[in-house]
This record gives sequence, C-alpha cells and structure tokens, in this order.
Amino acid sequence: MDWQRANNRTWRKIKSALASGIAFISALLVIAPLGLVFFHLLVNGAGSINWDFFTKLPAPVGAVGGGMVNAIVGTLELLALAGALGIPVGVLGGVYLAEYGSARINSILRFLADVLNGIPSITWGVVVYGLVVLHFKGFSAYAGGLALGLIMIPLILRTTEEVILLVPNGYREAALALGVARWKTIVHIVMKTASKGIITGILLALARIGGETAPLLFTAFGNRFWNHSLNQPIAALPLQIFTYAISPYDDWHRQAWAGALVLVSGVFCVNVLVRILTRGRAASVV
Amino acid sequence: MAPPSRFGDKAFEWLTLAMALAVIVLIILIGWQLWLGSSLAVKKFGFHFLTTSTWDPVAEQFGALPFIYGTLVSSLIALLIAVPLSIATAIYLTELAPLWMRQPIVSLIEMLAAIPSVILGLWGIFVMIPWLRDYPFPLLKRLFGWTPFFSGPIYGTSMLAGGIIIAIMILPIITSVSREILRSVPNLQREAAYALGATRWEVTRIAVLSYAKKGLFGAIILGLGRALGETMAVTMVIGNTPQIAASLFKPGYTLASVIANEFTEATTDLYLQALFEIGLVLFGLTILVNLLAQLLLRSITTVSATRAVQ
Repeated sequence: MDWQRANNRTWRKIKSALASGIAFISALLVIAPLGLVFFHLLVNGAGSINWDFFTKLPAPVGAVGGGMVNAIVGTLELLALAGALGIPVGVLGGVYLAEYGSARINSILRFLADVLNGIPSITWGVVVYGLVVLHFKGFSAYAGGLALGLIMIPLILRTTEEVILLVPNGYREAALALGVARWKTIVHIVMKTASKGIITGILLALARIGGETAPLLFTAFGNRFWNHSLNQPIAALPLQIFTYAISPYDDWHRQAWAGALVLVSGVFCVNVLVRILTRGRAASVV
Repeated sequence: MAPPSRFGDKAFEWLTLAMALAVIVLIILIGWQLWLGSSLAVKKFGFHFLTTSTWDPVAEQFGALPFIYGTLVSSLIALLIAVPLSIATAIYLTELAPLWMRQPIVSLIEMLAAIPSVILGLWGIFVMIPWLRDYPFPLLKRLFGWTPFFSGPIYGTSMLAGGIIIAIMILPIITSVSREILRSVPNLQREAAYALGATRWEVTRIAVLSYAKKGLFGAIILGLGRALGETMAVTMVIGNTPQIAASLFKPGYTLASVIANEFTEATTDLYLQALFEIGLVLFGLTILVNLLAQLLLRSITTVSATRAVQ
C-alpha cells in the first residue's frame, strides 16, 4: 500500500518533469527561427553590404554591382506619407476612445479596430488600387503611402488609447480645477504625460509598415530609378527584396540578402529604441 | 470675468470623434470597394466562382476553388504545427520557466514577430526549401509515403513548405495572446490545486488550462485569421500552381498569393474583376474569423491581449 502510494507519487513527479521538459523544448523551437533567420541574414547579406549599396542605383539587368539607395529613400518617403495620414488620425481617434466616448460606443470602436488589425495587408493594396490607381490611371507614391497609412490607423489608435487610459485621473482633475479648458487639459496635460507611450506606439507602427510588401505591390509598384514626383511609381526596400529574391540572377540574390539585412536592422533598431523608451515604465507614471 | 468659451472643447471633441469613426469608415470602404471592383465577375460567374477550379485567364474562365483550397490547407498545416508549440511555450512562460528566463524569451518572441514577411520568404526560398527538400521531406516520404499526403515527387516548393512558413509567422501571435490569457487566470485557481497536493503539471492541466480553455481557443482562431491572410512569405515558397492535389509535396496556391502575383498582370477587365472577387472572398473569410476571435477573447478579458503582437 505504502509502496504503491510512493510509486504513484514518483510517477506523477516524473510526469510533471516531463511536461516541463516538453514545454522548454517548445519554447526553444519557437525562438529557433529567429536565430536561424538572423544567422543566415548575416552570413549571406553582410558580404554584399558596401558603400555602393547605400549610394548607387540598381545596376541594369545583367550588370554586376549597383545598390539600393533609391529603395531606401523610397521607403523613408513612403513612411513619411503614411505617417502624415496614420499618425494624426490614429492618435486623435485614440484620444476620443480614452477621453470621450460612452462605454458602449467605445467597445464597438475598439472591437472594429481590432478586427481591422486582423485584415490581411494585401486587401489594403487591392482597395487602394481601386480607389486611387484606377482613378488616376497610374501607380504612385501617394497610393503606396495611402495604403500604408490606412494600415497604421487602427494600430496607433489602440496603443494611444491604452497609454492615455494609464494617466491618473488626478492629473485631469487638477488641471480642470484650475479652470483649464477640457481640450487644453487633454492636449497639454494628458497627452503630454502619455507622450512617451504614444511615441512608442507610433514607432512600432512605423516599424511594422516599413516591412510591408503586399500593400505596395500594385500601389507604389516599385521603380529601378529615382522617383522624381510623388505621382510616379516609387521604389521601396521590401518590394526590391521581393523582386530580387524571385529573380533568376545570383547577383540580385546577393543584393536581396543585403537589402534584407538592412531592413531587419532598421526594424530591430526601432524595437530596441522602443524597449529603451519603455524601460522603467512601471516606475514612472506612464 | 467672462465664462470660458465652450467652442474649443466642442470642436476638439468633434475632431477626435471624426478620427475615431475612421475605423467604421475603413471597414465599409474595404467592403464597398471590393464589391464594386468585382461586381461584373460576381454577376457573370455567380456562385460557380467558388466551386469551379479552372483558372484560365486566356479563356476568361475563373474559378477560385484551388485558391480557397490552398488557403485552407496551408493554414490548417500551419495551425497543426504552431498551436501545440505556441501553447506549450505560453505555458512554459507563465507556469514553469524560472522567473529570470521569462522576459528574455518574451522579448525574443516579439522580435520574431517583427521580422517582415518578405524576409522570412527570402530565407524560405534559399535556406528552408533546400533543407526541407534534402532531409525532412525524403524522411516523411519514406515513413508515410504510403498515404496520399506524402506521395509523389519532391520539388521543395510545396503546400507543406507554405504551411511551415505560415506556422513560423503565426507562432508569435498565438504565443503572446495565449500567454496573456494564462496570466489572467487568477492565482487562487493555482493555489487551490497546490493545496490539494497537485504537481506543477497537474496544477497547469487541471486548474489553469481548463479555466483558460475558451481564451486559448480565441488565441488559436486569431492565429488562423493571420494565417489565412499571410501573403509574401507564402507566395515565395508555395509554388504558385492552381491545383487541388492530395499530396502536400505538390505546389499549391493561396487567395492572397494569386492577388500578389497576378494583379499587375491582369490584362482584361474580367481578369481584374476576378482578382477583386478573390480579394472579396479573402476579406469575407478573414473578417468572419477575426470577429469570432475577438468575440471569444473579449468575453474573457477586457485587456486586449491582441495588442501584445501586431
């Protein structure tokens, strides 16, 4: 009897240890792709990154060399266009959810924003194609920026709302008690207090759309030369990586790896910056 | 002293309201634009669009079945791989891992989520596919070649490769949402089970998992929503051949991939309309799945767990 009970307890303990082991291995498997992708990016990409890569236009088909300077600048231009739309709409919308709005309206808007966040990014490309490209008879930087900007709106709206809700009510009450108008209280006290969090949300959204390819395929379209007008097709780093990756040329593959390394470095830098910004968030107010 | 003007307050409130209403406008805009863009094709093919499998732009015959099939099968493969790994990782991170290990692993998973799809696709083409072709695929064929799923020649680019790359893309979101769900399980649940002498695994299984079942299901559905719409990485490894084949070694095609590949090549109006209709089908599918996921998650926790990874 005693023997049986002890045996049973041992078996249960073994089972528990086994489960822990399996869970640990699963965690390793989940983060393994990150290490593998990063390793291969460094191995295959680092060798092709040189001065030319950052200063030259793509070489003509068949010629070796050239760079991606137009795609790097193009991505920055697209981010600026997208931000001009997505940041004000997202931030102000988030302010409404956190500061005004009845509980019922808010829960509906929040729900829809989360649903929007789950819509495939290629859908936005199709929508903007129908909305802009078909009407104005051509691919353009504006169309690409619009597609990316629309993706940003629900992302920024939700992060802004969340950080504004973290601002203690005492701050609002103190300002209102001094006779400050409600909107000035929100802009100068509440948004200022939450500014770090709002900026974090904006940076994360920019990092996310900076790597988007699908919505740009038939809006910004890509360009092997400099873009001289925002009404014209424009190059973007992710688009260029895609084009080069599926091409049959070895030299283009090398450039694709180099471009990917640059893009990932950019995205990771933003993420590290965000981590620094939010460090000690628990200690400070927001 | 004159009372302060209320104009600024009203104007600011209306301004922010207008911006918040953007989310409603956007959903309507997508639906309307896709509907508008595909109306001719919808009229011409009707319900047959969803049930026929000929995709021949030259003959202007358009049937979306192979793409619907490819999207569903690749997403299913992805879920089969990603769900056990993600949930086990979430369990590890909330219940089992030493405290000092938790935050670093969470950070790494967030970084995996930050890798752009096109870069994972690049890695898929040049690293994952050759490796799969040389090692795991032949092994699968030797072991399970007698089933229709793992028979036939091995090309590398295949439905299975597509499913694997989608799995990698959805691992982070399922893991972080599951983790939030498990964290929201009250500690009393755990303490009660420990007090009865349960081991760590028994506490997890009896007290935590059964409590969090619904939320975990929501996390899985959310992952499914992402899987259905994954575009770039899949397009680069799935082989892009519109066919319905039992063997997972054969190339396939997904709704999102066919839009990505053929949209700029659509030479006739009807072709473009058919691609818009594919977009409409994809939109309908993902919005239903996302609605379901949000309803499941919303009923569990007021904190939006989906925020963790976007």
